[in-house]
Amino acid sequence: MAREPILKTWKLFIGGAFPRTESGRTMILWGGDDRVIAHCCQGSRKDLRNTVEVARKALPGWWARDAYNRSQILYRIAEMAEGRTAELVDAIRAVPDPDSDQPPTAAVARKEVAVAIDRMVTFAGWCDKFAQILGSRNPVNGPYHNFTMPEPTGVCGVIAPNQPTFLGLITHLAPILAGGNVAIALASETNPLPAMVFAEICATSDVPGGVVNILTGYRRELIPEFADHRDIDAIGGAAETTEERRLLELGAADNMKRVRLETVGDGDYFDDDARHSPWTIEPFTEMKTIWHPSGA
Amino acid sequence: MNSPTATPEWEYAPAPERFDPGIKDRYRLFIGGRFVASRGRKTFETINPATEAVLSRCDEANSEDVDAAVAAARAAFRKWSRTKPKERAKYLYRIARRIQERSRELAVLETMDGGKPIRESRDVDIPLVAQHFFHHAGWCDKLQYAFPGATDPRPIGVCAQVIPWNFPLLMLAWKIAPALACGNTVVLKPAETTPLTALRFAEICEECELPAGVVNILTGAGETGRHLVEHPDVDKVAFTGSTAVGKRIAASSAGTGKRLTLELGGKSPNIIFADASIDQAIEGIVQGIWFNQGHVCCAGSRLFVQESVLSEVIAKLERRLRTLRVGDPLDKNTDVGAINSGPQLATIQQYLTEGTAEGATMHQPSTQSLPDKGFWCQPCFLSDVQPNHVIAREEIFGPVLAVMSFRTPEEAISRANDTRFGLAAGVWTDKGSKIFEVASRLQAGIVWLNTYNRFDATSPFGGVKESGFGREGGLHGLRGYLSL
Repeated sequence: MAREPILKTWKLFIGGAFPRTESGRTMILWGGDDRVIAHCCQGSRKDLRNTVEVARKALPGWWARDAYNRSQILYRIAEMAEGRTAELVDAIRAVPDPDSDQPPTAAVARKEVAVAIDRMVTFAGWCDKFAQILGSRNPVNGPYHNFTMPEPTGVCGVIAPNQPTFLGLITHLAPILAGGNVAIALASETNPLPAMVFAEICATSDVPGGVVNILTGYRRELIPEFADHRDIDAIGGAAETTEERRLLELGAADNMKRVRLETVGDGDYFDDDARHSPWTIEPFTEMKTIWHPSGA
Repeated sequence: MNSPTATPEWEYAPAPERFDPGIKDRYRLFIGGRFVASRGRKTFETINPATEAVLSRCDEANSEDVDAAVAAARAAFRKWSRTKPKERAKYLYRIARRIQERSRELAVLETMDGGKPIRESRDVDIPLVAQHFFHHAGWCDKLQYAFPGATDPRPIGVCAQVIPWNFPLLMLAWKIAPALACGNTVVLKPAETTPLTALRFAEICEECELPAGVVNILTGAGETGRHLVEHPDVDKVAFTGSTAVGKRIAASSAGTGKRLTLELGGKSPNIIFADASIDQAIEGIVQGIWFNQGHVCCAGSRLFVQESVLSEVIAKLERRLRTLRVGDPLDKNTDVGAINSGPQLATIQQYLTEGTAEGATMHQPSTQSLPDKGFWCQPCFLSDVQPNHVIAREEIFGPVLAVMSFRTPEEAISRANDTRFGLAAGVWTDKGSKIFEVASRLQAGIVWLNTYNRFDATSPFGGVKESGFGREGGLHGLRGYLSL
């Protein structure tokens, strides 16, 4: 007798745990043959608020960790992802691309996973290096020791593009984590499965709870909430439309969130040269300049 | 605590600076390399806040003037952005030299128009202005080395720049020098109470044969500024001023693709530990809050004193306050000049009323008489201030200090960070390990350790949280005027 598969209900990833959405709502993911692939949480405004609280609590610990330690934790994420490559490839291919109505080919999906994992390794390496590139010792007039160093901006929203589902998320998340920030990511709406597999990877790596948080849901519902939340310090990622960008920038004005968004289609996610630059970390850092008299 | 033995009253002979800066009756807008009248034919007076005498009339630029200035900057951008960097540098070096050569005139003009003591405009503002142009002149041909991996950084385009009245020419330098060094062109609006040094700077641009349209100066008030920052052909907005206006600019720029640098308000903490050199710290507090009448965005306006030295600090502050000379800004002995405008004085007085109404104790020990005319506020501080008091939370922008106490470093840090602002902070202790621990945990863009209110062209300046974003000065200041 044929065995019926066990369908998994994917939950949110908040504070290192996997809660259901407080709203009780789910969204259905449809496969290519009009079969239900999975149910995902339709995250709500309240979920985001809860997540911001958890992320805010996780920030000081992540910020204060030695860069070498952060570096090893990011590398551990890559190690764990490597072991789950097949699952990530399946997740990427589970839902057809809304534009082409076809799932990515296995070769394309494998390449996406490989580039994403390598990117995580690259940013693992940046953790204890970018401060030397972005910082400076300033030759001021007078007997002062004066230097500038980057510090984390804080709690960062990451609006992942709908495509590429996995690489898009990793590309925007990795620089933010390397910079010492904590992240609240909104997964691809059209296919959040790779992001949720990634959540399980984080949960089984050494990432402290609350440093990486991932929500699933509708962009039109959650983007305005990210924009308006007063305890989010910065927003990165990709806007699918100019209206999304406008909404995020408008909300950001109210508490001076730093916003660094690209518009989908602006850049190539597979371009290592552009994507691996330390200048992708810089928008999510704050330069602190310290003066001290010297010999006076 | 007993008051210290009476200090002998020293009489100072007046030592007025008598240089005549040659102010004209009327100034026009500087657009496309020429001084032209506003199309709207409206003018406004600029006065000396120490005497209320009218110094001159300036044109109030309207939306058509803004269109013309932005068009001039756009036209000039094509050439200026392609001018060989080492040639661009020569213009900036020339400007720096002319500022040095005309520094006395600029200092007097700054003091007359804005009310700040001549000692400060002469020894702080104008030298920093010259340094800023000189420093940035040298960046012109080095930009390809400034940002590792970005070997072809590009200018952004036309920059709209709006600056405040507290450091008129210095803020102009902070805005214009990096913009030009990076190959951008600018339209700058000085504050309506302090337009004169910006117009004098326009004359210096002419003298230095800076190509027409690279720098355009529009005088006017808030409405002029709004037209400028909302102009659709502007690529970058750089604003220094209040957080409220900064938020409006950020909101109106949403979705337009304009780049932003915002240097906004502050309520900066100055923390004194019991193991600090108290006498040095007292001088640092004075420098932190009574410099430039407290019209300083990074002023150390919240003083946190470790409980065991609170009474000592209060007594020494009172004694030091009595020695501050308040009065004629053109007198070389003056420490605290005039409040910049009548409305600003009214704002400060409102805060003082609220502060005492909420239960704070006022310390205004000076008995000096103030001039009859002009806008004056005796420097003062308030003790018994609670963290929820308005004077402990809002930016006053005047010579008013809120004094609070703390017991442990943890408490000092958490109370210092308990504000929506994050511009600057000061820490005073002779313990090296402690000072760096506290410095690294303070939420601020600039941290002064055992010093306060130091500025330099090579030192990045700017805030975190609602004090804005972007840096001005040094390598980091270039970032806001380039696309990598």
